[in-house]
Parts: sequence; structure tokens; C-alpha cells
Amino acid sequence: MTLPSVESLLEKLVQALTPYFSSPQSQPIIVGIETGGAWIAERLLQRINPEGELGRLNISFYRDDFTKTGLHPTVKPSRLPSDIDDKTIILVDDVLHSGRTVRAAMNEIFDYGRPQKIVLVIMIDRGSREIPIQPDIVGATLELDSDSHIKLEGPESLKFVIKTLDNHAQ
Amino acid sequence: MLNNNIQLDENGKLLHFLSIEGLSQPILTEILDTAESFTSVTDRTIKKVPILRGKTVANLFFEASTRTRSTFELAAQRLSADILSLDVNASATVKGESLLDTIHNLEAMQIDMFVVRHQDSGSAHFFAQHVRPGVSVLNAGDGQHEHPTQAMLDMYTIRHYKKDFSSLRVAIVGDILHSRVARSQIHALNLLNTAEIRVIAPRTLLPVGTESLGVSVYHDLETGLKDVDVVIMLRLQRERMRGALLPSEKEYFRQFGLSQERLQLAKPDAIVMHPGPANRGVEIESSVMDGNQSVILQQVSFGISVRMAVMSMIVGQSGLHSGGEG
Repeated sequence: MTLPSVESLLEKLVQALTPYFSSPQSQPIIVGIETGGAWIAERLLQRINPEGELGRLNISFYRDDFTKTGLHPTVKPSRLPSDIDDKTIILVDDVLHSGRTVRAAMNEIFDYGRPQKIVLVIMIDRGSREIPIQPDIVGATLELDSDSHIKLEGPESLKFVIKTLDNHAQ
Repeated sequence: MLNNNIQLDENGKLLHFLSIEGLSQPILTEILDTAESFTSVTDRTIKKVPILRGKTVANLFFEASTRTRSTFELAAQRLSADILSLDVNASATVKGESLLDTIHNLEAMQIDMFVVRHQDSGSAHFFAQHVRPGVSVLNAGDGQHEHPTQAMLDMYTIRHYKKDFSSLRVAIVGDILHSRVARSQIHALNLLNTAEIRVIAPRTLLPVGTESLGVSVYHDLETGLKDVDVVIMLRLQRERMRGALLPSEKEYFRQFGLSQERLQLAKPDAIVMHPGPANRGVEIESSVMDGNQSVILQQVSFGISVRMAVMSMIVGQSGLHSGGEG
């Protein structure tokens, strides 16, 4: 299977996001989910709003499978700009699958404050949702077998890789 | 020798947190890294994460405590646990059968985690040996044995201000004999490859064979403080003193009290730590305690994140593998 290049997907996301940044008075906050989502969010920020502040979310503390997967101390802690009340948040992740990560991320965001709006931006939607969460902006949609695992490699040069797991799918 | 292996499962994951002795450097580092990621939680509007949601933690303090007990409570609450703080009658002989009865009664209340402080060395291990599988025990100080979360918050404080242990000279000053904190600190500093650990104490307050722990021993404060990066003062444990180990508190301060003048013998950017509660004018001069080299209150704040880290590592699997997509 040929995967679309990250560069072309980034360009597509930038196009779709630009209208959200039309008002200089109220600039949305770009927030990436660690680690892949944060790499993409960093690049989106550079291209759309280089003066803006990047938010990062490490959702390990909010995962519904925390007791099985544990923490990831190598992942940077969450950092959101101090005041997110009544702001628009552009929530960015690399891959959307079950939807559980996004749910965890939204739970965490609401512990920082009450945003006016959250826009979900996903680079690759591979379907198979387990909870009713849908993206607002999508780079590409991919049909993958349930035992395939798609991962964004980085951070210097971003590239998607697909791995087929022998025993179980994530 | 106590059996420390009950702290870990066959994969090296923490089941209980009883002593620094018996742990490895990667686990200590993981605790410090995890604690660091929890500091962001305390900076925000809602200082809570759902990691221990639905779990019940019981604070069992057979011995008085303010800081440890309240920071354990806050740590558990910030992880969304339900917490029960029990006043246990310390005057009753709570050993053997009666201690077992306490454990079984609390287990009947579906407690998931016990935080235990007890005047007898080895009591936390005793608890851990007798709880049901899946129930965890955290040692909040057992007799003169260990106080591992205190040592970890001290390591966190040192790393926060000084970064790399391998170039540091750390002095621990005072009542080493009665100090479970010192014992845990020495194990932790050794595991983290500290360049030099100095122990400074009068002969009467030093256990036999201290040198075998990998420390250099000084009986003179002024020589011992020379060029150190970190000064850890210990409380003179008056309530644990049996027999005349010291002439008087005044005499103790004259010989082993940390004054401004003496602190100048350490490196100019040395930090001063104390596990608390401090006796002003006995082991440490008031002006040093409130001075700009003192990080004593920061230690208390870091204590919350470190205790959150230990509790969450016990509940979650080891986080050393990668996460999944979602």
C-alpha cells in the first residue's frame, strides 16, 4: 500500500485550517497530542501562526486503559497556554482509530478550563471507531486490517509506517 | 536482612514501595521522571487526574506526622482516589496478631493501597507480606529502617537544582543513628551514582559500620562541609534518644548546628535541605532555614508529585513500552 506523503497531508491540513485564523483578535490555540500529534501540531503552527504558542498534551494520565498500559515517563508532560477559557482549540493527532485517545485528550483539556470550541484535526483516519468521535478536518482516510498498526515516525523527518502485528492489534 | 523482592513482580514492576534498598537505578529514575510530568498537574485550574479513580487509599499512621501524611493525602486526592486517614492508637501494642487484625479489618473495607508509618523497623514489609494479592503497601517510615518516599523527594529536589548526580558532593549532617531518612537517602544517592556522599555526625549518633554503605565519615562539621554542593540537615530526634548520647542541645548546635558562617564553607551555590520538622537553633540556624540557599519548602511541594508518581506506578504497568494509536 502506498502511503500519502506527510508533506502533502500537511499542506492539505493547512489549507483547511487557515479560515479558522482569519480573526487577529481571537487566534485559536493549536494543541498536539504527544508524541506524533505534537510533531504535526508544531509544523502546522510554523506554517499558520508562527507567533502562536503550541500546546502539548500527554494523555497517559487520562487513558481509559491506564492500569494496563501505565505511564510513559519519557513523554514530555502536558503544557497548555495558561488561559484556554473561551478560546478555540485546534486539537491535532496523527492517527484516529478507536477515538479513545481523543476522548482522553478532551477530558484533560477541560481540566485546564472551558474552551469555546474544539476542532479535531487528524492526519490519517483509519476508521474502526469504538466511541462516537468524528474529526472535523482529515488529511487522508485509510482502510487497514485490524492487525495492522500505523505509526508516525519522527521527529526530524516525519513518515508514516505500517506494521503488521503477529499476535495482537493495538 | 529484610526481603526486598516482594516490592517487585517478576517483570521488575513496582508492587509495593517499601525501601530504596533492593531497587534499581532505572526504577528510581522512572520515579523522578514520572514525578516531573506530574508537576504540570499542580499548575493548572483543576489539580486532578483520573489515574486512581475508584481506588481507595488508607493512610495508617501509627506515629505522628504532618508533612508526610498530608502530602500523601493530597497526592492520592490529586490522582482522584478516595482516601481514608485513620488515627491508629499508637499506645496499644500493635504488633503480631493485633497488627494482622488491623490489616484484615481494613481489607474487608476493600482498600487498594495502604500508606503505613509505624515505629517498628520492618513493619511495612510485614504489612506487604500479609495483604491480599493486588493490594499495595507504601512505606511512610518504619522505625529506624527506611523512609523511601522522603528519600525520593530529596533526590527529586537535588536533581531539580543540580541536574547531574555524578558530579555532586552531598553531605548528610546530624542524627544518622536514628534516621530512617538518612538510610534511604544513602541508598538512593548511591544508586544514582553520586560522586561523594559525606556523613557528618558525632560518634554517638552514628551507627556502627556506616562506612560500609559507601560514604565518607566526618566527625567535624567544618571539615565535612568543605566544597559540598548539597547539605542535608537531619532533625535531632529527641523523642528517640535513649540514654545520654549528647551533652545538651546547646552543645549540639555549637558543634553540629548549621550556621550562616559554616554554610560558607560549602560551594557558593550549595543548597540546604531538611526533611522536617526542623528544630530551629538546634540543628539549623533560623536565618539559614529562611535563607536563599534553603530549598526546604520546595522539598515539601515536590513531595506531592513524587508521591503521586510512586502511587501511579504501582497502579499502572511499567511505562517503558510504547503507547498505541487511538
